[in-house]
Amino acid sequence: MNVIKVYGSGCANCKRLEAMCTEVIQENNFDASIEKVTDLQEIMKTGILSTPGLEINGKMISSGKLPTKSTLVHWIQDNIN
Amino acid sequence: MQNKILILSVFILLWILIYLNLNALTDFIVYSIIGLEKHTHLTNAIWFFIFEVPKVLMLLILVVFGVGIIRSYFSPERTRKMLGGKSLFAGNVLASSLGVVTPFCSCSAIPLFLGFVQSGVPLGVTFSFLIAAPMINEVALVLLFGLFGWKTALLYASTGLLIAIIAGYVIGKLKLERFVESWVYETKAKQVEFIEEKILFTERIDTGIAAVKEIVAKVWIYIVIGIAVGAGIHGYVPENFMASLMGKSAWWSVPLSVLIGIPMYSNAAGIIPIVQALLEKGASLGTVLAFMMSVIGLSLPETIILKKVLKIQLIGVFVGVVGLGIIIVGYLFNFIFA
Repeated sequence: MNVIKVYGSGCANCKRLEAMCTEVIQENNFDASIEKVTDLQEIMKTGILSTPGLEINGKMISSGKLPTKSTLVHWIQDNIN
Repeated sequence: MQNKILILSVFILLWILIYLNLNALTDFIVYSIIGLEKHTHLTNAIWFFIFEVPKVLMLLILVVFGVGIIRSYFSPERTRKMLGGKSLFAGNVLASSLGVVTPFCSCSAIPLFLGFVQSGVPLGVTFSFLIAAPMINEVALVLLFGLFGWKTALLYASTGLLIAIIAGYVIGKLKLERFVESWVYETKAKQVEFIEEKILFTERIDTGIAAVKEIVAKVWIYIVIGIAVGAGIHGYVPENFMASLMGKSAWWSVPLSVLIGIPMYSNAAGIIPIVQALLEKGASLGTVLAFMMSVIGLSLPETIILKKVLKIQLIGVFVGVVGLGIIIVGYLFNFIFA
């Protein structure tokens, strides 16, 4: 099972990124689950400096950015099994 | 690639053409199309509104686009790397300047604060960054430039930087590390390295356009409402009405404006058009600027967020030092423009 984690304490972009991930997974039938991490200390442990952070299968892909949908599709495609 | 740059050039040319003729265009709309009588209160107010709304929005689009492109060259991770191991004063200067250009939203204040402090950026230097980032804000800069001219905009930016540098320096000198919640220094964070991809200039243009969409969508309504209120004041409130309340002679007006401004939560877009109208009616520049800086530079929601990582004493020092800096700037402006 592929795991996509969205790190963020609830800002607008964090919510939007989570919603985009859900959309992309459904539209492309990717086999992955989405986890939202809102705990501050958990976010800190990843070492990112700005939210939202996007992690796919344990690999931190981006932080502080809201990608375009096509970029997000590529990121997920390239990093899941 | 070529296409995009061509479209951009046409757009900028068009922009300049409209911007330079805005005065005549407004005259045409107000007197010829709507057919209003000259020099009545209502006409003055409407003229002000029809002139200012497109002017400010156009300036906003241009500057946000430019800033978006500049910011695409910076990231919080890179900024942190540049700040690591810097000495106190030089670090404060660098951190304040980087605070202006590094893309940063206030919801990231905590992870950024923690990430800086944990990787060894001194507390005072981190504060310089955190003070400069919201205080010197591109929307505020645009509005000040558009409504008051370049001198005021420049003074605002330079005094804002100065406050960030000095306040951070003072916080660093006071050695307040013990007032940071202890878990902050205990949490061990992984160091992430993002692969630095080569970004084409056209992609930076896209970043700029995205910034315009995001910011203009967020603030246009505040600008329109702010200008509408400003137009009302412009047309109807008598000259010198504010002089006794916010004028130079009222020495207490500067600290009072700051005290009122701190708990107020607004963005620069909503506050400045109102501020301009107040100024026109006899309020003094220093007082008005102090009010504006405390509204956008020191916000209650942000300090509440910071409460998660800072003890109350340190928040007190932070608000106190920055507030004091703003008050000094207010008096300074009132003195210079006497």
